[in-house]
Amino acid sequence: MSAPAATPPSGAATEGDPRSWTVKLRRRAVAALPPEKLLPDGQPTYVASWIYVFGVASIASLIVVIASGCILTLKGPAWWHFTSVGHFFNSIHLWSVELFFFVMVVHLWGKYWMAAWRGGRARVWITGAIVFLVAIPAALTGYVSQQNFDAQWISTQAKDAMNSVGIGAFFNLTNFGQMYSYHVLLLPVAVVVLVSAHVLLVRRHGVVPPIELDKKLPARAGGSGPAAAPEPPPEPSPSPEPTA
Amino acid sequence: MSPRRPRDDTRPWAGGYYPYDLVKELCIATGVIGLLAVLLTILFSSPDDRPSTVAQWSRSLPVNFLATAAKELNGTSDTAEYGPPYNHNGEGQQAWILKPQKWLGVSHPIDTAQAYVIEPLRTVTGDPTLASALARYRAAPEQTKKAWATAYAKPLEEYEAAKEEEKPLPRTVAEQRGTGRVIVTAPGSGPVPTMMEGLVSLAQSGGLEGSLLTSRQFFQTDYTKPLLLMADGGLLEERAQAQHLLGEQWGLMNETGSYPGQPWLWLYALWYQVEPFKASENADILVMLVMGVLSLAFIVVPFIPVINRIPRWIPIYRLIWREHYAAAAGGGGGGGGGDASPR
Amino acid sequence: MSWLASTRVVGAAFNLNHPAHTVDWHFIHLSVANVVVIGLMLVVFALAILLPFPGAAKRREASK
Repeated sequence: MSAPAATPPSGAATEGDPRSWTVKLRRRAVAALPPEKLLPDGQPTYVASWIYVFGVASIASLIVVIASGCILTLKGPAWWHFTSVGHFFNSIHLWSVELFFFVMVVHLWGKYWMAAWRGGRARVWITGAIVFLVAIPAALTGYVSQQNFDAQWISTQAKDAMNSVGIGAFFNLTNFGQMYSYHVLLLPVAVVVLVSAHVLLVRRHGVVPPIELDKKLPARAGGSGPAAAPEPPPEPSPSPEPTA
Repeated sequence: MSPRRPRDDTRPWAGGYYPYDLVKELCIATGVIGLLAVLLTILFSSPDDRPSTVAQWSRSLPVNFLATAAKELNGTSDTAEYGPPYNHNGEGQQAWILKPQKWLGVSHPIDTAQAYVIEPLRTVTGDPTLASALARYRAAPEQTKKAWATAYAKPLEEYEAAKEEEKPLPRTVAEQRGTGRVIVTAPGSGPVPTMMEGLVSLAQSGGLEGSLLTSRQFFQTDYTKPLLLMADGGLLEERAQAQHLLGEQWGLMNETGSYPGQPWLWLYALWYQVEPFKASENADILVMLVMGVLSLAFIVVPFIPVINRIPRWIPIYRLIWREHYAAAAGGGGGGGGGDASPR
Repeated sequence: MSWLASTRVVGAAFNLNHPAHTVDWHFIHLSVANVVVIGLMLVVFALAILLPFPGAAKRREASK
């Protein structure tokens, strides 16, 4: 190998043996999301509405859901029924889930009415929609893991829906061990991965610009943002969009 | 440019940026949401209705328990006739040519007579009368077993029906107050009454659900068998109705007590209240298919004509970006980018 | 019914452990709690859009 063994100093992200998978991955990652794009310290001047905080509020709620959930796992699934401290953290977990769906739906409403998929941002919408849809079974597996009357009722009723489409054979709502595993590990991992992809795509493409009112308003070159593209991007198509 | 297809002329932003601390924003948001969750906890706590047990059910509703057990024995309970994934005694639900419930087969086999009556009774020791009744039943031909079980179930079903319709109760079933013992007059039921008395005793002592849970192995986390038995009976449904959790009460959106539930399931719950889903035997698969299609549509909203134009036609965006529009109109400032005029 | 006594209230200022009141309209039956949540979401959405967002001076400065 002819590549240097020592880690290169900053600014040398593009150096290194091009045959190295590590170098290839690093180059692609840094090209897609250089540090100033991954963690920008500024936002466009049109980011001027409280509706914009509902995305970060969704992430914050998810953090509280996961943190309270981690505390609940410390002493096992039966703990919260028998101690006040356990019940306290179970309550925080329940209310943070309600808050999570609350702020996520307000975020969704905002993004719809902004048509936030414009400008090559269809994947941002797609990942966000999938997060919402995956959060629903994440919550359902939690409800059937409660080991109380609610869990008894929900599992025996919802099993009919699962069985009717054939997945009851693989996803047994009345199997506590399976449901608890999905709830504590598999589905939270799926949600976190999807949220991460969603947020990275937002950082990649930037927050969607406003819909322009007057077609006579000029598109201005200059400013501290990237230069305007010479041609408008094509209309979104069902196939994956070209990278910006 | 095709006039049929609207263009997305959104261009990268070429205007100004102002300082915005994303990390601080996330920390503040987490603190606010955390405090809100703690506040809601202090104000309202959370529900924890204790689970029902087979023991409680057999003590508080002994006739209902016996009627259910009799149906498990003669194969007419909901679980017995369910079909896949529990048995082959039903076709399951279907939508046109789609029969996924049947296609995916029996993966969690439950023979209700064996699982809920015969096997638990075989674990009872020190009762020679029960042991001989059980031996007599097991040695009989299938037709005879069925005839005995059906003969026993009949007066119990009539009793339950009369109770539900608030008619005079038949005398073939007598519930002894105090002991909770039920005496069923069922001619032609062979050894079944003795077996059922044994089963009720086992249930009321708490031994039945333990037997159902650990029948295959010591460590168990699969509550399917005891849950299906309880769901075949009336206790869970009675509690659910009082807590507004039944389907026709939009129950899948609700939590026990007066707590908020799952309002985000409103559309899923709604289909069950309207025809053709409401009265259909295939309601579950039909609703799941509709919601599946709508969920896919939700994911691809950016590509759906008309739906992806509504935000432009109902201009809520004018309120969201009013500062930007005012700045742009007020001197051409505010930068560019956004949609260009269609060419 | 004995199971009504089987709910537990731990340190709550307001006891919500009683059967819910419902809002009924034709075939729609929603619990009051859910109606409150949905209503709050609409109110919060409207406020989020209408209330002024801090930092206007910084944005004017950046636009020059």
